[in-house]
Amino acid sequence: MDGFALHVADGVIETPVAALFAALAVAVLGICLVRGRRELDDRLAPMAGLVAAFVFAAQMLNFPVLPGVSGHLVGGALAAVLVGPWVAALCVAVVLIVQALVFADGGLTALGINITNMALVSTLVAAAVVAVLLRLLPRTTAGLAVSVFLASVASVVAAALAFVLEYWIGGGVELATGLGTVAATMAGVHVLIGIGEGLISAVTVLTVARVRPDLVYALRGARPAAAPVPATGGAA
Amino acid sequence: MRRYGWFLAAGLVVCLALAGVVSVFASSSPDGLEHAALQGCTVDEDGEIVGGTCMAQAERDHDLADSVFADYGVRGLDNEALGTGLAGLVGVLITFAVGGGLFWLVRRRSSPAVGAGRGDGDAAPPA
Repeated sequence: MDGFALHVADGVIETPVAALFAALAVAVLGICLVRGRRELDDRLAPMAGLVAAFVFAAQMLNFPVLPGVSGHLVGGALAAVLVGPWVAALCVAVVLIVQALVFADGGLTALGINITNMALVSTLVAAAVVAVLLRLLPRTTAGLAVSVFLASVASVVAAALAFVLEYWIGGGVELATGLGTVAATMAGVHVLIGIGEGLISAVTVLTVARVRPDLVYALRGARPAAAPVPATGGAA
Repeated sequence: MRRYGWFLAAGLVVCLALAGVVSVFASSSPDGLEHAALQGCTVDEDGEIVGGTCMAQAERDHDLADSVFADYGVRGLDNEALGTGLAGLVGVLITFAVGGGLFWLVRRRSSPAVGAGRGDGDAAPPA
């Protein structure tokens, strides 16, 4: 069996439904490209390429979460914190496209499903959680670490549940046990994977924040003491 | 800008080390989705599904399953660890080239902010 965590193979979701999500993915990635362009300058562009390369590398590193079950970083949260949600979605999408085309990981017809879950849902959820937590928690190293950790857990579970929703809409096999069992397993296992993801993401972000704090997108809002706008966080 | 170059280079080296070396030691157990995909099915010792209903039953082989780097290996290379490491190195370089290239092409050319320490060559917009 091919495929790594959350990388859906062909056939698991019926093709028409997969095609629908592919259309959705293309549309949202288009929006991300338009919004991301405004932020991509000479400095962010190479950083975004590096983030994509890091997400690819980290996705190869499956770690055990239960006896006989493993998981790996999805990277949406890490990318959203480092380069902002719009560019982050593009980063993870590039990784998923390279994986599907070069490494036969994640089905070609399932690419839209995989982009939706791992590039769009995970980065969106992570960016939202980080934006809220960074405002609530103290602006310290610990505050940043906790924000990144919790955003990672939330993003992975959200991506797993997005898959369950897609399976509910167009799953290829009608399950005798019902979808509830699968949903519970997916959520439970991905909480554990999310904890691993959270640790890796927090360490990575803290490392970058120590070496080059100016390169951490989520910390940018801290400096310009402009206006008390409560809704910046990445929507700018 | 020069220090930024070093940062990028160091970051890329870390990525290459992770994908090229550390990846060999990664867990090969089924991941969370594969685990859930088999739930409801009975599986024999060879991993073949022998009964029940589960998501994995509808899974098809990948259309590119015979390609050179399929499943993070190198086709024709018997040494699995070496194959994984090489595939990882290739993947990091391709991802950095495709991602970085794409982002570089679509980037904003002139920086309107007269940001501190932004040593771009074309910093002065005509307007």
